[in-house]
Amino acid sequence: MTRGTGPRLAVALDGVGWHPAAWRAEETRPAEVFGAGYWLDLVREAEAATLDFVTFRDSLALPSDGVRGRLDAVLVAARVAPLTSGIGLVPEIVATHTEPFHLSKAIATLDYVSTGRGGVQVSVSSDALEYRNFGRRSVDEDTAGEAADYIEVLRRLWDSWEDDAEIRDVATGRFVDREKLHYIDFEGRFFSVRGPSITPRPPQGQPLVTALSGVADSSVDVVYVTPQSRDEIGPLVEAQHGRQVFADLVVFLDSTSRTAADRRARLDSLALLESDALVFAGTAEELAELLLAWHVAGLDGFRLRPASLPHDLHGITRGLVPELRSRGAFRTSYEASTLRGLLGLGRPANRYVV
Amino acid sequence: MTKPLKQIHLAAHFPGVNNTTVWSDPEAGSHIEFSSFVKLAQTAERAKFDFFFLAEGLRLREQGGVIYDLDVVGRPDTFTVLAALAAVTSKLGLAGTINSTFNEPFEVARQFASLDHLSEGRAAWNVVTSWDAFTGENFRRGGFLPQDQRYSRAETFMRTAWELFDSWRADDVLADKASGQFIRDGAGRFEHHDSHFDISGQFPVPRSPQGRPVIIQAGDSEEGREFAAATADAIFTRHGTLEAGQAFYSDVKGRLAKYGRSGHQLIVLPAATFVLGDTDAEAHERADVVRRQQVSGATAIRSLEQLWNADLSGFDPDGPLPSFDPVIGENTISKGRASDRMYRDPLATARQWRELAEAKNLSIRDLVIEVTGRQNFIGSPATVAERINHLVQNDASDGFILVPHVTPGGLDEFADQVVPLLQERGVFRTDYTGPTLRHHLALDTP
Repeated sequence: MTRGTGPRLAVALDGVGWHPAAWRAEETRPAEVFGAGYWLDLVREAEAATLDFVTFRDSLALPSDGVRGRLDAVLVAARVAPLTSGIGLVPEIVATHTEPFHLSKAIATLDYVSTGRGGVQVSVSSDALEYRNFGRRSVDEDTAGEAADYIEVLRRLWDSWEDDAEIRDVATGRFVDREKLHYIDFEGRFFSVRGPSITPRPPQGQPLVTALSGVADSSVDVVYVTPQSRDEIGPLVEAQHGRQVFADLVVFLDSTSRTAADRRARLDSLALLESDALVFAGTAEELAELLLAWHVAGLDGFRLRPASLPHDLHGITRGLVPELRSRGAFRTSYEASTLRGLLGLGRPANRYVV
Repeated sequence: MTKPLKQIHLAAHFPGVNNTTVWSDPEAGSHIEFSSFVKLAQTAERAKFDFFFLAEGLRLREQGGVIYDLDVVGRPDTFTVLAALAAVTSKLGLAGTINSTFNEPFEVARQFASLDHLSEGRAAWNVVTSWDAFTGENFRRGGFLPQDQRYSRAETFMRTAWELFDSWRADDVLADKASGQFIRDGAGRFEHHDSHFDISGQFPVPRSPQGRPVIIQAGDSEEGREFAAATADAIFTRHGTLEAGQAFYSDVKGRLAKYGRSGHQLIVLPAATFVLGDTDAEAHERADVVRRQQVSGATAIRSLEQLWNADLSGFDPDGPLPSFDPVIGENTISKGRASDRMYRDPLATARQWRELAEAKNLSIRDLVIEVTGRQNFIGSPATVAERINHLVQNDASDGFILVPHVTPGGLDEFADQVVPLLQERGVFRTDYTGPTLRHHLALDTP
């Protein structure tokens, strides 16, 4: 099975969708977002349409609008991992307030429990509310520089065990070959981490690292950009040479563009959608045309943010995906068993193996 | 009138980084692959155990300045494994060891509240503290905590986490589509200011099914016992024999009244290893084999170094003990091991060991096999069931956290052969009667 010639496709999950009034629409189930079944339904829906991956939005503060409450994204991803088998699982984490040692082993373990489908979206925080929840530092620091250091530590820790470090040599009584375990000895402006990790190198070697553009561009595998028009794509992609570039789009999908526009207007009358990403309201066919044109302009893929869940996820899985498939532009079954594999990325060599 | 029979509580400890784990056994599987965790947890659930238990260590152990390579090395992340196990079990409690020193209350409370939601009320937190700069080298803060503050920070940490769990009432999520009000005003609001934590805001996770996770502690010192009596739902201990167990049991239960708590609110659970056989004699033979697998010659020397606090690599494991005394003071040989602090009086312990070795003509390896980690329960299923029941009915414990020595199949025989005997006696559940871990443990919801 081949992937098709079109763009790669991911979906960003958050609450009952990215519009802050989505929870007030009749079809949404806002009180269910605190249970596992809700997330499992969404991820299975995305997996049935052979999407590349889903991201799980997170932050370290109570959301100020929309669904006011949120579970830890790494744990939600882990909870759905054993009950899915093909789709990549990419929770968001906040580098600013967390320990890279803890998150490194958490994402490595997500990779184990999903047998090679784990990734992470690294974000930074400038929200004063989040700082007060931790009470440990002030806001005026170089959060982007810190995120780059953080990703460096994640990556070194993932490599701190060579793949064949566990030897179980009964003759000498040695469980590991300690020559194949490596201190990472990272020393930076924000933290120092000695290593090695307590968790062996994960199945993908390096789980997929993603981030919004501007967080730590040079450190990631996939960068999310937010072009507002086709003309912006060329320069955006050029600036990211070597990385895969996905465009984020908020989507309202309905059977007619009029219905989609009306639905958007109805939600907008209840609460204002402030979006960094372009908001698309229209039919699956129109969206397919747009994505294919933007793909030709240089984007590797798209991360679609459904305005309302599950409605706009269904618009993607049951409308957009068949449109793309009918053009030979999207896979009909998974052609690889790991997330890196789906994105055409190999399993990287270990930096500590000479 | 006879006393009603106590119901036994049982938990399964995943045998990972632990000197009782036999990784060299042909049956021994991965300690990292998720399939091993699924297998052990599903066995425990099939046997109607109360909960599954994961230990934690945040730096690979070292001895003599290099990574200790004779035991299992490496483990996955506690929270992530437990959340994944919630997908493949439905009633089993999920207990994780989480350090209060190298975390912040906000994030740990958020993780446990999330786990409790994602498991529909099955989360438990084994609260541990450490203060060593060795582990601190993996964290932002480093080894910031003086030893004498570790309990005060741990207790404050846990009480702060409770404030966060309690910041939502059960009915604070309104999700009222008509009015547009999602949560009740003030839901999640917290404020905590003291010498350890200076935080305020709104907690993002609504009240979880258990209100708070079940709290487990493992303190054995005076401070640790007091901390547990004041705050814990269950206490994990090493005192598994009748006399030592009864002494510990009455001591910790006796401390509850001054905190306005009653006996059933603190469950005493010693850790226990076991070896079964068709007959008692066969079990004892198997137990001897297991002990020799657990303690190789190299392991024996390393174990002795942990007490002696000195490099003994020149000694022959089949020869006699060192004639010199242990090095007193900070343990410079062994790092990252909780049991380094186990030997309170190394000189006295070394004297006892030498006397025992001389009296029984034991080599270093024989001696280490004799004095460390002998299995708590050895015998036929009937003998072991009787022994467990005897200890529980006589208030040496309320049950046990069983530590199999082989991953992942080491609980199978116990589940198939011992549990039915306990069920026949009417001292262990034949099925779960409620959904949450608090229900299994007959604890109140806070």
